[in-house]
Amino acid sequence: MTARSCHDLCRRIARRIEALPDRPVRLMEVCGTHTVAIHRAGLRGLLPPRLRLVSGPGCPVCVTPQTYVDALIELAGRPGVRVATYGDMIRVPGRSTTLERAMARGARVSVVYSIMEALSLARQAPAEQVVFAGVGFETTAPATAVGLKLAADERLANFTVLSAHKLIIPAMTALLESGDLAIDGFLCPGHVSVIIGADAYKPLAARFARPCVVAGFEAEEILRAIDLLVAQLADGRAEVENAYARVVTADGNRRAWALIEETFEPADTPWRGLGTIPGSGLAIRAELAHLDAARRFGLEITAREDDHGCRCGEVIRGAIEPPECPLFARTCTPANPVGPCMVSREGNCQACYKYSRAL
Amino acid sequence: MTDGNGNDTILLAHGGGGELSDRLVREEILSRFPSRELARLADSAVIDFPGSRLALTTDGYVVRPLFFRGGDIGRLCVAGTVNDLLMSGATPLALSLGVIVRDGFPMGDFRRILDSVAATAAEAGVQIVTGDTKTVGHNAADGIFLTTAGVGVVPEGRRLDYAAAQPGDAVLVSGTLGDHGIAIMSERQQLGFTSAIASDAAPLVEPVAALLAAAPATRCLKDPTRGGLAAALNEIARASGCSIILEESQVPVREAVAGACDLLGLDVLNVANEGKCVAIVPPDQAEAALAALRSTRYGREAARVGRVEAGKPLVVGVNDLGGRRLIEMPYGEQLPRIC
Amino acid sequence: MCLAVPGKLIERDGHSGTVDVRGNRVQARLDVVPDVRLGDYVLVHAGFAISVLSDDEAAEALDLLDDPDEAMPHDGPLMP
Repeated sequence: MTARSCHDLCRRIARRIEALPDRPVRLMEVCGTHTVAIHRAGLRGLLPPRLRLVSGPGCPVCVTPQTYVDALIELAGRPGVRVATYGDMIRVPGRSTTLERAMARGARVSVVYSIMEALSLARQAPAEQVVFAGVGFETTAPATAVGLKLAADERLANFTVLSAHKLIIPAMTALLESGDLAIDGFLCPGHVSVIIGADAYKPLAARFARPCVVAGFEAEEILRAIDLLVAQLADGRAEVENAYARVVTADGNRRAWALIEETFEPADTPWRGLGTIPGSGLAIRAELAHLDAARRFGLEITAREDDHGCRCGEVIRGAIEPPECPLFARTCTPANPVGPCMVSREGNCQACYKYSRAL
Repeated sequence: MTDGNGNDTILLAHGGGGELSDRLVREEILSRFPSRELARLADSAVIDFPGSRLALTTDGYVVRPLFFRGGDIGRLCVAGTVNDLLMSGATPLALSLGVIVRDGFPMGDFRRILDSVAATAAEAGVQIVTGDTKTVGHNAADGIFLTTAGVGVVPEGRRLDYAAAQPGDAVLVSGTLGDHGIAIMSERQQLGFTSAIASDAAPLVEPVAALLAAAPATRCLKDPTRGGLAAALNEIARASGCSIILEESQVPVREAVAGACDLLGLDVLNVANEGKCVAIVPPDQAEAALAALRSTRYGREAARVGRVEAGKPLVVGVNDLGGRRLIEMPYGEQLPRIC
Repeated sequence: MCLAVPGKLIERDGHSGTVDVRGNRVQARLDVVPDVRLGDYVLVHAGFAISVLSDDEAAEALDLLDDPDEAMPHDGPLMP
């Protein structure tokens, strides 16, 4: 990354924006890791004020429904059950508490970096039921798929997965189909695209006439992708471009997809703050039902949420700004978040909450 | 502590050195113990005494694993206590050592830890002058815990105070950040990575003496332990009522530490250090202070990383693109993330 | 939504390998990159290598450092 090329990119983006009709240009970074990278590099302050970067639904932890968190907490409190989870889930609030607070009361929770460690926990403690919290988008689902296949091959009797895996294309489609999406283009997730391939966005770009550019995570890579998006808007184009070609191919990783398809099938799935989105989740296939924690423990993850009045859906769609939500800074705060935009440290609402107080 | 839902227990994160620790101390501790000296929340208390000013500090050590690359719980307890005294401007004199150990703890490990305490105390030039040993049942404690108290004397005329930071002051760090935290995480097996990074645990007697000799007008010192540099700078900003601008590209970080932070999704500014200090120094003494730090064994990689500015009591990071971000007080213990 | 870091595959044992990430040694499964070879650069996410970076791709990464005004494929009518 060089400062000079970044400044050149920022200047060129500014020139392109000036030449566009005088209204806000809204680009959605679909991916939560992009949100973090944009925040860390302070990119918003380097770009023209008329260019708005809106954080999308791509933080798998933030969009995990409260009922799912509640189910993990309930499982971890059952005698002889241990929940193994990525560290990301530990502080995500369910309806009344978090896994972290439940641990303080004796719930058995292990933080792991990989599903392989969850399998090791199960092998080491045959008397304990280990439930792995399967969260994440297409990037992470292949790891869970491998874990399920290993558990099946080894006939591990004390290992299950509670799947909350999600798919990004159905979520983007649902946002676009809602009709009131004030987003001019998409900065597409780099590492999801490693698995699904850049071509996966083509139907969206064509059907909804929105430019899509796959981006890497360095400041310069993000700026380059924004520049490509703004150039498309100037030209009136709506195409898919790949600005992360050193990592992302047109087709994606077919082997990873095959593993996902062997172990999972698409399912209608609830998203925190967004409701149930058709075909947007991955449920464990019937052949592997014995490895499905929802079936083994009789759990149902429903869309019903105690999020009366939460307007995260509209915030994500760019239809309203966070302070326009009646819960914002009143019942919904970073310490007690209601919707996904307040759960994430860099989410639209939490960022707005902190900056309005701090700066 | 309550989360608004009536959930009242201590969390591991309360010990993480971040926002939760800070709230626990302010809401539960300070409210019960009315002391102006305690309320400063400095690394040591400084007690005015006829003829001298006495610095007093206390600390508990619960690190796991007990032995790690670059140190062990024994070296950590001496370095941590001595450094807390040094940060108050005191010359360390003597330490106490309390040991709580469980039934069945290997005698070999016990000896190894005490030998390390002795070696580190000798290095720092302090004596262990009193102590206590308690044994507890198998289920009452996990292994061994150490507690210390440390006393030192603050020389006449020296007053180090976070509140003394002023606009224009330079912010220095005595070396690379994140080494201790990453060394500890790489030894925890379930994270699936190993690293050659060693903990920086060390008593900072020599670099602090050199710094204070070269820059006698130093406003304050702080060791960025739990919560890392982010927590240390936020505490100084809050106490002084000034903004701190951190030039992120100037912060010294080892390549492997940066790589491990990328891998685990951590911000190196939140990762713990056990042999580093932050110094707030008036601008006309900053270069001399830096040169003095760099002349010492534990200060060779010292760097000038920022400045104090008038403004809200916040820490703002500036990168070499000119991008700015708010550097927050970390929430609690750092957890590995996948997203 | 997904952190992934590049590193070099330095050991392989069936479906698993050791990846050097800037001086750290990381255990990674190789299930979804079956054709990976020792010395290849891979992208690691949650303990899994999810793609192999080819030499061409590495060269392209270096191209990023070039002047964007020369490297840009889409200079529209807005450019001065």
